[in-house]
Amino acid sequence: MTDLTKLSMAEMRDGLRAKTFTSAELTDAHITAMEGARELNAFVVETPEKARAMAAESDKHLAAGIPRGDLEGIPLGIKDLFCTEGVQTTAGSHILEGFTPPYESTITQNLWNDGAVMLGKLNMDEFAMGSSNETSYFGPVKNPWRATGSNFDFVPGGSSGGSAAAVSGFLAPGATGTDTGGSIRQPAAVTGIVGIKPTYGRCSRWGVVAFASSLDQAGPLTRTVRDSAIMLKSMAGHDAKDSTSLQVDVPDFEKALTGDIRGLRIGVPKEYRMDGMPEAIEKLWQQGIEWMKAAGAEIKEISLPHTKYALPAYYIVAPAEASSNLARYDGVKFGQRVEGDDITAMYENSRAAGFGHEVQRRVMIGTYVLSAGYYDAYYLKAQKVRTLIKQDFEKVWGEVDAILTPTTPTPAFGIGEKSSDPLEMYLNDIFTVTANMSGLPAISVPAGLSEDGLPLGLQIIGKALDEETVFRAGGVIEEAAQFTAQPSKWWS
Amino acid sequence: MTTKSPEATIGQKYIQGATGPWEVVIGLEIHAQVTSNAKLFSGAATEFGAEPNSQVSLVDAAMPGMLPVINEYCVEQAIRTGLGLEAKINLYSVFDRKNYFYPDLPQGYQISQFKQPIVGAGEVHVDLADGTTATIGIERLHLEQDAGKSTHDMHPSKSFVDLNRSGVALMEIVSDPDIRSSEEATLYMSKVRSIVRYLGTCDGNMEQGSMRADVNVSVRRPGDELGTRCEMKNMNSLRFIRAAIEYEARRQIDIIEEGGTISQETRLWDSVNNVTRTMRSKEEAHDYRYFPDPDLLPLEFSQDWVDEIAATLPELPDAKKARFIADMGLSPYDASVLVADQTRAGFFETVAKGRDGKQASNWVTSDLFGALNKADKDITESPVSAEQLGKLIDLITDDTISGKIAKQVFAIMFETGDDADKIVEEKGLRQVTDTGAIEAAIDEIIAANPDKFEEIRTKPKAIGWFVGQVMKATQGKANPGLVNQLLQKKLDG
Repeated sequence: MTDLTKLSMAEMRDGLRAKTFTSAELTDAHITAMEGARELNAFVVETPEKARAMAAESDKHLAAGIPRGDLEGIPLGIKDLFCTEGVQTTAGSHILEGFTPPYESTITQNLWNDGAVMLGKLNMDEFAMGSSNETSYFGPVKNPWRATGSNFDFVPGGSSGGSAAAVSGFLAPGATGTDTGGSIRQPAAVTGIVGIKPTYGRCSRWGVVAFASSLDQAGPLTRTVRDSAIMLKSMAGHDAKDSTSLQVDVPDFEKALTGDIRGLRIGVPKEYRMDGMPEAIEKLWQQGIEWMKAAGAEIKEISLPHTKYALPAYYIVAPAEASSNLARYDGVKFGQRVEGDDITAMYENSRAAGFGHEVQRRVMIGTYVLSAGYYDAYYLKAQKVRTLIKQDFEKVWGEVDAILTPTTPTPAFGIGEKSSDPLEMYLNDIFTVTANMSGLPAISVPAGLSEDGLPLGLQIIGKALDEETVFRAGGVIEEAAQFTAQPSKWWS
Repeated sequence: MTTKSPEATIGQKYIQGATGPWEVVIGLEIHAQVTSNAKLFSGAATEFGAEPNSQVSLVDAAMPGMLPVINEYCVEQAIRTGLGLEAKINLYSVFDRKNYFYPDLPQGYQISQFKQPIVGAGEVHVDLADGTTATIGIERLHLEQDAGKSTHDMHPSKSFVDLNRSGVALMEIVSDPDIRSSEEATLYMSKVRSIVRYLGTCDGNMEQGSMRADVNVSVRRPGDELGTRCEMKNMNSLRFIRAAIEYEARRQIDIIEEGGTISQETRLWDSVNNVTRTMRSKEEAHDYRYFPDPDLLPLEFSQDWVDEIAATLPELPDAKKARFIADMGLSPYDASVLVADQTRAGFFETVAKGRDGKQASNWVTSDLFGALNKADKDITESPVSAEQLGKLIDLITDDTISGKIAKQVFAIMFETGDDADKIVEEKGLRQVTDTGAIEAAIDEIIAANPDKFEEIRTKPKAIGWFVGQVMKATQGKANPGLVNQLLQKKLDG
């Protein structure tokens, strides 16, 4: 029998419907893979019993020939930022350790309604703050990929590091992620998988632990573009419980994957050509341009002049919102409490013990930029920059239909390599934050390997609500790149 | 320098200090709980007095990942209130987060409106005791969430939190610093309460805390720039507001006159000792770090919707008062008393319908309100209905009973709830209009008091004594007009 974990989600869907295998078999194969890969530290909670029960339910639907949705019987991993009823949800933080929500996030509920099976909760940077999964209270996640001939451990990116490791390590065919500044696309890129951040408002934020509300957007991490299209279709949709959720229909994204981009106008923004960018990234980008041209697209150099201000502005807006969103973790109600002599001491002790350093840093930055006397100089100015970045994109949409850029400035780096330098760590988001600041959909597709044999990704940014073009163009890159490399299974 | 007491100077409300007159400047921030079955951003119920923590949704408890969704009805109520305050309605407004830590604030921030409130400038007209009207400017009205309630006396070292109130919709109505006395402040508060009650947007119940005020007080020499203000938080009684302003103004005057300066601070009214006390100084003031709530879109609606709401507004106290004066002949004072409460005004209108307005007003404001007051009853609990009172007045008008007998009848009605005509019949109180019977009584009295009768010829005023005697002889049932008429005839005859 073939290794079921190596199938794509689309293949699993077809195999289950053809009764080539059952959801129980598929789920067991993944439980075995998950349990055998604890060294990767991708999961913070494994839910094999729940998975088997859900698989049994799926098999009934499949046997009856009436699957509830495309995901019927397919096991998935869930980033620990999504509240799951009866299953501990921590956001990677000590302060929420032991918190078991009595409710299910809209997105995970959508997945279960379509028949998906839950394998467990995936590790992540604490409160989604990080680009390496090293800020998790539950320890770093190891990238399944290693450099050629090396036993050195690399980060899987972040904050959806557990999701990326689980999918690239064949522990799950897909996983949910969230992307506030690049937290789906950057880990997808450095683990050789596909990740899409849809248009802001496409997926409900209800039941997703908030980091920066105006930037947070959920999306899938999968091994193929088609699988992302399948999974996003299930996750997306208007939700009356989220005021920022968009009241629009969800297209059948899979149908957009025609492979035909003849006449599509692709913009290449000159501001994304950074000084000191590794040659491999530059070469990959050039290669991407050639692939698009070969497929009949028209390439145009464009200018997004405010790009260089995006990252600093992001690191004001996101911490500002976070400082407020995280105020509820104060030791009073849920999570950890450390007593003190008075209420203020209790707050300080609880938050000092409950939050890790990166979270504390961002809460302090956010508090600072919102403070009287600093608000105008920082928060307000950053919001103005945000408007300018949006306008940059709006101006180019007259000339182009989508934009091609690298996803990250570097391949995966070693665990511990950048964790002492927050500014260098923040640079990981340089190509991805603009899509968050503007709310635009963007996908990362694996496109090649670095000299050391580590995966690299290319990013397609599209117009608001035009995920279909993003998927179609991403599918062309995927097809052209023929990215068949896989990490060697060095763990257990 | 004037030496007159402030009370002696009509229209001047200065407070006399040791060194001269002082003007007190007051501004009120009224927090009015929106009448709505559900909270501002969650579907949880809002009923007062429920079991602690029984009306709390996941949103109110600020569970991770929970999001606010605006309750459209609360928005409508705020617009309605804004219209009642003759204020500008902003078709675009923004919800902001006001950040601070407190155990009964589970989100760690209150969703409020800061720079762009739903309602802008308006005004409220207040009738003063001297018959003049003061216009108090409204700076703004904004929507915000209430916090929960902390209780500190149930455990030696712990506090208890009840989140039932957490997330309940409040309207904060901010006045301009246009108020110049404790009297004006309480009249203003009463007037706003009256308006929101007419509108049905807040029940105005101060004891239950559904209406309370933060009172800002400063003093200055007449004509000077505004002085430094102190804010007294959470005042939920008109009596306390009055007392606190008077105490606070005097405290500030004394400090300045002794060479001190006022420091801006938040104070609390201590109603046991009748003093204000420092709660926190300016240095300890919170930096609330307001910023637009990214979980909520800006609040936008059309002028058409505002117009639709405006079309459903009831007649408000000012308009009603003007009509009572112009169309029904009431004095401004009586009209004010009646319109202060919509139910009272409605009661009066029923009584006055097809009858003399002035007479109806007298019966309602003196007799009925007096009796209700004595019995400690609300108008809604009146044992005499408006229809019954109207019929009693009809009995006076058609000479069935005299005004004096009517008072007796009313007292019985109030006691028993019976109809006036039934009481008149049963007690035999019908006015005697039979001239024969009255004449007989007159003749009897003249016969018994011939001297007095002669006296009337020289002292016509003495006729009153005879009228009194006749009334007495007829147990008050004789028609007094008729008695006068017949006596005059005897004299002329």
